[in-house]
Amino acid sequence: MNAPFEGIGASVRRKEDLRFISGGGHYTDDINRPGQLHAYFRRSDRPHAKIVSIDTAGAAACPGVVAVYTAADLAAIGGVPCGWQIHSKDGSPMAEPKHPVLAEGKVRHVGDPIAVVVAGTRQQAKDAAEKLDIVLEDLPSVSSVTDAVAPGAPRVHDDVAGNICYDWHIGDKEGVDAAFAKAAKVVSLDLLNNRLIPNAMEPRAAVGDFDPMSGEYTLYTTSQNPHVIRLLMGAFVLQIPEHKLRVVAPDVGGGFGSKIYHYAEEAMVTWAAGKLKRPVKWTAERSESFMSDAHGRDHASTAQMALDAEGKFLALRVSTLANMGGYLSTFAPAVPTYLYATLLAGVYTTPVIYCEVKAVFTNTVPVDAYRGAGRPEATYLLERLVDTICHDTGLDRVAIRRKNFIAPDAFPYQTPVALQYDSGNYIATLDAAMKAADWAGFPARRAAAKARGKLRGIGMSTYLEACGIAPSKLVGQLGARAGLYEVANVRVHPTGSVTVFTGTHSHGQGHETTFAQLVSDQLGIPVSQIDVVHGDTAKIPFGMGTYGSRSLAVGGSAMVKAMDKIIAKGKKIAAHLMEASVDDIEFKDGKFSVTGTDKSRTLGEIALTAYVPHNYPIETLEPGLDETAFYDPMNFTFPGGCHVCEVEVDQDTGITSVVNFVAVDDVGRVINPMIVEGQVQGGVAQGIGQALLENAAYDAEGQLLSGSFMDYTMPRADDLPNITVGTESTLCTHNPLGAKGCGEVGAIGSPPAVINAVIDALKDFGVRHLDMPASPQKLWAIIQSNRPRMAAE
Amino acid sequence: MPQVTLTVNGKSASVEVEARTLLVELLREKLALTGTHVGCDTSQCGACVVDVDGVSVKSCTMLAVQADGAKVTTIEGLAAADGTLHPMQEMFREHHALQCGFCTPGMVMSAIDLVKSHPEGLTEAEIRHGLEGNLCRCTGYHNIVKAIAAAWPLMHGKAMPAAAE
Ligand code: FES
Ligand code: FES
Repeated sequence: MNAPFEGIGASVRRKEDLRFISGGGHYTDDINRPGQLHAYFRRSDRPHAKIVSIDTAGAAACPGVVAVYTAADLAAIGGVPCGWQIHSKDGSPMAEPKHPVLAEGKVRHVGDPIAVVVAGTRQQAKDAAEKLDIVLEDLPSVSSVTDAVAPGAPRVHDDVAGNICYDWHIGDKEGVDAAFAKAAKVVSLDLLNNRLIPNAMEPRAAVGDFDPMSGEYTLYTTSQNPHVIRLLMGAFVLQIPEHKLRVVAPDVGGGFGSKIYHYAEEAMVTWAAGKLKRPVKWTAERSESFMSDAHGRDHASTAQMALDAEGKFLALRVSTLANMGGYLSTFAPAVPTYLYATLLAGVYTTPVIYCEVKAVFTNTVPVDAYRGAGRPEATYLLERLVDTICHDTGLDRVAIRRKNFIAPDAFPYQTPVALQYDSGNYIATLDAAMKAADWAGFPARRAAAKARGKLRGIGMSTYLEACGIAPSKLVGQLGARAGLYEVANVRVHPTGSVTVFTGTHSHGQGHETTFAQLVSDQLGIPVSQIDVVHGDTAKIPFGMGTYGSRSLAVGGSAMVKAMDKIIAKGKKIAAHLMEASVDDIEFKDGKFSVTGTDKSRTLGEIALTAYVPHNYPIETLEPGLDETAFYDPMNFTFPGGCHVCEVEVDQDTGITSVVNFVAVDDVGRVINPMIVEGQVQGGVAQGIGQALLENAAYDAEGQLLSGSFMDYTMPRADDLPNITVGTESTLCTHNPLGAKGCGEVGAIGSPPAVINAVIDALKDFGVRHLDMPASPQKLWAIIQSNRPRMAAE
Repeated sequence: MPQVTLTVNGKSASVEVEARTLLVELLREKLALTGTHVGCDTSQCGACVVDVDGVSVKSCTMLAVQADGAKVTTIEGLAAADGTLHPMQEMFREHHALQCGFCTPGMVMSAIDLVKSHPEGLTEAEIRHGLEGNLCRCTGYHNIVKAIAAAWPLMHGKAMPAAAE
């Protein structure tokens, strides 16, 4: 019997699953260190207030309490740094106010940590925190971007005028103005992209440990990128040199962006462990997650498209206010700029584009990248604008998209907003999605629904995203304070099994399987002989972690490069053993053979020779078979596709049911189709959540109204349909795998498809636009207020 | 402090707890059974579901002292002694019904109860409705629903009645 195919393209069942289905996962909160103490943070319940006084005596006297810390104790340490600097139109650097580990002088959002109690047990720490006597004096506050930029608005940071972090722009303003002047038609749309709370199911947690003998710190944390945390926390906050700081991110229960950033709690437990010479642990309660994990989205935009008489796009003008929250989170400034405005060409040939973005401080939780990060906001804006153009002009939704698509033979395609797309075929994904969704059969389904008293609608979005953000040189010019390459170390053991150390991090993506398949494919050994290790700065040379759908395209490419080195070295060893010229050695299916002969050696034999070099070209070759590669991509990758959504709205309740959802995506080369499908389904679920259910609601002053799962509507099983996933791949032209990335496409393409479908369902009610989430209340009110008109017609 | 004596995964245990200790805290902190997770503080997510005397229970919603004398099964106790997985565990793996794995223990425990309590069969809509108490942020539930439907015949030893399909 042949061994089952496990290489590129096989739906191999996941290697990591056994431990997860058996209760054997190893998450941060599962870690307990000998002598461990517990930290509890006392947080602000006010959006904006002066800290008048903090009396810690009562808390310090409580049973089990070892220490109580406030900002006064942290004078020697730095603030939480920001990893990306944007410059405003006038060339000035963004406003970058200090983000202290514990609030200094003022609190700026509900959830801002004021003090921490460290005690023998979590309950003791929590009980003692209640006894902290904190006097706050409320200050005027503001939560929405529009209120925050209004004249006379309260200032979140005293030295940031108008609450403007930066006032940035991109594109050709004069060119756009000229095109608008000549346009046959201009269509404008104001829209909000609702604020979301990521809510990975595992709450954040951190355990700090310190070894006084070696002076070495260890932080176990729920992170998507342990090396980045080591860099930011070590160099900027605690001044611990890299060789004395180990960061471990073990199994992590989902991230979606929210676990990229360096958070104050990580620095706090590490610092306290050093002070107290005992391990210190903190695990967020869910209510803390709601008010301290970075939120996502929260844009208010105006978009205008200039069109010619035939519906060809002539120019796009966009103006956006982006909410930063009370402080700058790690990558926040990059999200509404280089991950958003640069995407505004989408899949269309719009020749000139101008976008200006004001980033705004408010008295809310910091906002940063959440699954898709900027790209969902750009896609939502564009795809809603396209449907609104059709609403206003009567043009057909499909025809206008086809008319404006970048043609399959136009690649590489230079957009007017900096990006150059390497490959894509938007007609192919559109056709495949329309076919799978039976777009043509929709009128009959609508009629049948009408007979049942339901309003049925169909909508689509044709989208593009940019993944694997790179190259380092370019992102450096754009303001990144880090490189964006990836690292792989491939270690072939003496008997031929392999351990791969990767700088990416898996928190649900199945890297232990996908990467093993990649290695299996290239080195010709079974997946069971390959282990993938990630998440520990003590084991892995370096790495930038997992976000922006970069792991396969960037991390996988580093692995390919490392394996190329393994094979090149193996050929030299094989040539020596078989007394042939290196040029005559070929490597295939795990065997080195001399071309034209039946002489061969397996990878295992070569590995053994490399580690037991008795018969070995020792003068010219080092022993061992262990190679590391750094891979810095030449460009972003550009997945794209078409999502089609079909909904039914109940007229009596306003409830929208998604009755069918089809996603056809071009994610480049697919290694494991089962995993890709799962990634897309999960992303679509979050996108449907954004469109119909989820909303981080603040009152005008900044009180968080949706602070628990009772108030924040998470998508549940019965809110969602089956999600049909298809792929239509063109290959990425600049990485060795042809891979583009699949982690975010679901969350990027889906929200406008859903809203376009809802608006189509409400076609007869005169609805031009409505903001997400399309909640039952909103739809019910629309239906009710139009009832008389409908009756009259 | 009260003493709680209970049987967990077939082994008896007797531990001293504070009166306010939750069952999930007893399992995770006193017995080091960290497969049962805590995902919320409002009894909404189901990451903590275990079986108490044949009924699935959110262990964050039950005091440890209430479990005195009870037989508790957690995710760690599902597989047979020889390591053979429960059919529900097997189907979760087969159908890729998990990604990060954090919701999985509670999801599997709830799913087993759902299938056991529906000997007449389960429609897709019933499965989705039956999972209302369990949140998963990763999968979009599509594959969880598939896994549960696939586990039903294995657990009941017969094909799912046609009417339910
Ligand atoms: S921990 Fe969320 S329901 Fe028990
Ligand atoms: S698999 Fe991650 S929450 Fe369900």
